[in-house]
Amino acid sequence: MAAPPLLSLEGISKSYGAVRANRGIDLTVDPGQVHAILGENGAGKSTLMKLIYGVETPDEGRILWKGRPVTLANPADARALGIGMVFQHFSLFETLSVVQNIALIVPGSRATLAGRIRDLGREFGLEIDPDAMVHDLSVGERQRVEIIRCLLRAPDLLILDEPTSVLPPQGVERLFATLRALRTKGMAILFISHKLEEIRALCDVATILRAGEVTGRLVPRDHSAADLATRMIGRNIPPPAHPVAHDLGEVRLELAGLDHAAEDPFGVSLSGLSLAVRGGEIVGIAGISGNGQKELAALVSGEIAQPALRRDTVRLMGQPVGDTGVAGRRRLGLAFVPEDRLGRGAVPEMSLADNALLTAHGQGLVRRGFIARAAERAFSARVIAGFDVRSRGPEAEAGSLSGGNLQKFIMGREILLSPKVLLVAQPTWGVDVGAASDIRQRLVAMRNDGVAILVISEELEELFEICDRLHVLHKGRLSPSLPTRTTTTEDVGTWMIGGRAA
Amino acid sequence: MSGIAFILAGTLAAATPLLLAALGEMVVERSGVLNLGLEGMMALGAALGFIVVFLTGNHALGFLVAGLGGAVLSLVFASLVLGFVANQVAAGLGVGLLGLGLSSLVGKAYESRTVPGLPRLHLPGLSDLPLVGPLLTQDIVVWLSLVLALGLWAVLAHSKAGLVVRAVGENPHAARALGFPVIAIRCGAIAFGGTLAGLAGAYASTVYTPLWADGMIAGRGWIALALVVFGTWATGRIVFGALLFGALSLGELSAQAAGVGLPSQVLASLPYAVTILMLAVISSDRRRMRRTAIASLGQPFEP
Repeated sequence: MAAPPLLSLEGISKSYGAVRANRGIDLTVDPGQVHAILGENGAGKSTLMKLIYGVETPDEGRILWKGRPVTLANPADARALGIGMVFQHFSLFETLSVVQNIALIVPGSRATLAGRIRDLGREFGLEIDPDAMVHDLSVGERQRVEIIRCLLRAPDLLILDEPTSVLPPQGVERLFATLRALRTKGMAILFISHKLEEIRALCDVATILRAGEVTGRLVPRDHSAADLATRMIGRNIPPPAHPVAHDLGEVRLELAGLDHAAEDPFGVSLSGLSLAVRGGEIVGIAGISGNGQKELAALVSGEIAQPALRRDTVRLMGQPVGDTGVAGRRRLGLAFVPEDRLGRGAVPEMSLADNALLTAHGQGLVRRGFIARAAERAFSARVIAGFDVRSRGPEAEAGSLSGGNLQKFIMGREILLSPKVLLVAQPTWGVDVGAASDIRQRLVAMRNDGVAILVISEELEELFEICDRLHVLHKGRLSPSLPTRTTTTEDVGTWMIGGRAA
Repeated sequence: MSGIAFILAGTLAAATPLLLAALGEMVVERSGVLNLGLEGMMALGAALGFIVVFLTGNHALGFLVAGLGGAVLSLVFASLVLGFVANQVAAGLGVGLLGLGLSSLVGKAYESRTVPGLPRLHLPGLSDLPLVGPLLTQDIVVWLSLVLALGLWAVLAHSKAGLVVRAVGENPHAARALGFPVIAIRCGAIAFGGTLAGLAGAYASTVYTPLWADGMIAGRGWIALALVVFGTWATGRIVFGALLFGALSLGELSAQAAGVGLPSQVLASLPYAVTILMLAVISSDRRRMRRTAIASLGQPFEP
C-alpha cells in the first residue's frame, strides 16, 4: 500500500455567522506536488488556508497530517508539524530588520540566522540582506523574506496565498524557479491563485473552489485557460473585446513635469511626471504598488494640493489646478474612484444613500442646505439598479456590502456624475471576475462616450484589455507612453523593474 | 548648600517617579495600548504605599502593596480595553479618575502625616568626590530604576520577548497570524505598566516627599505620558526627559528660595513647559517620528 498523503482534509466546513465560507471540503496533497487552489475572490480559498495553518479552526471535518488526525489550534501547532505559510498581505513588521522578523518565529542567534538566510538565498535565488530594515524593501523582496522565514523551519508543506499578485512578470518567473527547486527537494506546495496561466505553467494538480465548495479536481495542463475560467466562475464570460481606436477629443488632463517630495518616510517621491489624457481614451498607469501610485492619485485628485507657484504642473480641461483642492477639481468635471473603498471611497458606517450624497451633492440632492432625502434615495436607487449592486437597497450600510458590490456602487456613483475626466485606482482590486468584467466594460463604454480616463492598476492583463496607451510607474518616474497594441507584457515588465526596453 | 549642589543632589530622586511611570507606559504603548490612566495609577500607588509604610515602617512592603495596587487598577483597564474592546482613551481617562478618587478615599485619614524616607547610600570613595559626590549619593530605588531602564532597553532592542512586544504593537493582526497571543501579551504589558506606575507613586509619597497630601502626584502621570511620546518610545530619550524635568523642578525650587522676581505660579509651571518644549524640539523630526511611531497605538484589536 502506498504511503498516506501528506495532508488530507475530510469534510471541512467553516462559517462566519450566516456566511458559509467553506462547505464539506475534501482535499489531498502529496509530497513533491504543487497543488493549486483555484477560485474567485470570496470563493473561500483564504479561509481554507487559514484552517490548514491553524489561524482558524474548522466547525466540522477532520484534518489528517501524514495519515494521522490532527487538531491545529494555532499557527504554532501547524509550524511544529511542518506547515509554512506565506501570506497575501505580508505578516512582516516594517520597523524591524529582516533578521529580527525571522527571529520572531525561528530560534537561533542573530549571527547564525543571518548566515542561514544568506545560504538559503543563494540556494533558491532568494538573495536578501539580513540586516536590511523591512520598510526599505520592495514588495518582491518582502515576499522573499516571507518565503525564507518559512523555509528556515524546513517545512514539508508550503502555502502561498496569491504570491504573484505583487510581482512583475520577471519576478513571477524567478518565484516559479524557486518553487520548482523546492518541489524537486520533495516539498509540497499549496498555491492559491486566480491567475489561470500561472496555474497552468506551474501546478501539477488543481482543486477548484466556488462559493465555498469544491467543484472540480483536475490537471491544469490538460485544460485551456478558458475552460478553467468557466469551471471557476460557473458560467462563460464574454471574451474581452479590445477597444478599437477612434477619434480623440481635446486634452482634458495633463501633467507637466510634476514633482513631489514625499513627507512620509515610507512614501515615494515623484519626479518629472508628464502625461496627457484626451477625451475618448483610456490611459493606464502600470507598475507594482508602492512605486508612487498613491501619491500620483492624490496629486491628480487634489488630495495633495501644490503651492501656487507650481499650479501649472496639473491641468484639467486646460486650466491650471495644481493648487486647487478636491472640491474645486470635481467642479471642473473630475471624478475619482480611490483605491481603498472603505474609508476613502465610502464611509463604511453610513448608508449607501448617504454615501452617494458625499460626491453627488451637486445633483440636486441638497436643497437650501438640507438633504433632500427623496432625491438622495432616488439617486442611490439609480446607482444600485444601473450597476447591479447586490444590497438591501439605499439604506444598506456601505460596510455591509461585499468588496465587489461596494466597488460597483462607487463606480456607479461617479459615473452618474457624468464626469469629463475619470481617475480610477485599482478598479477591480478584490472584485470577483464577473463584476470585474462588468466594471471594465463600463469604463470602455464611458471612453466611447468621450470621457478621458486614467486607470491606475497592478493588473497588467486588465490594463492591456481596456487601455489605449499606458505608462509604467517605477520609483516615482514614468516610462514613455506605450501604445497597448504594439507593446508586449515583457516590455512593460522591463519598465516595471526599472530597466529600459531593449 | 549652593543651588547647583542642591540640584545635583536631588535631580535623580526627583526624576525617579517620572522615570518609573514612563518606562512602564513605554512598554504598554510599545504593545499598542494607550493607557491614559497613568496619573490615577500613580496616585493609588502613592496612597497605598504611604499607608503601608506609615503603619509598618517597612518600605519594601509599601512598594510591594503599591505595585500590586497599580497592577490591579491596570487590570481593570485591561479588562475594559482588551476584554470589552472599549475605546482606550475613554477607558484610560475613566480608570485614571477612579484611581484618583480611590487614593483620596483611602488617604483621607492620613492627610498631612509624614513617614521617614529611605537613607541615601554612601558609596565609599565615590560619595566623597567633590561636585559629583552628592549626585552619586542616592537611595537604593534610584539605582534600581536606572538599572531597570538599562534592562528594558536591552530587552526591547535585543531579546525575543522585546521583539514580540514590538511586533504586537506594530501589527497585531500579523502577530496573531504568526501565532502570538496578542491579547495576553497586551494584558501582560498593561499589568507591567500598572505595577511600575504604582511603584512610581510609592516613591513619590514615601521617599521623595515622604508625606501624604491629596493630589500630591500633581500631574506627574501626564508628564510621564508626554515623556513617552516625545521621547519617541526610546528608553534613552525617556531617561533624558525625566532627568531634565527633575533638574528643572529643583531649579525652580531653588529659584523660589533665592527670591527670583517671578510669580511662584509661573516658576512652578516652568519645569512642565520647558520639558515638553525641549522634547518637542528633539522629536520634531517628522520622518523619525513616523518611523518610530507605534502603528497600532490606541486602536482596538479584535481577532
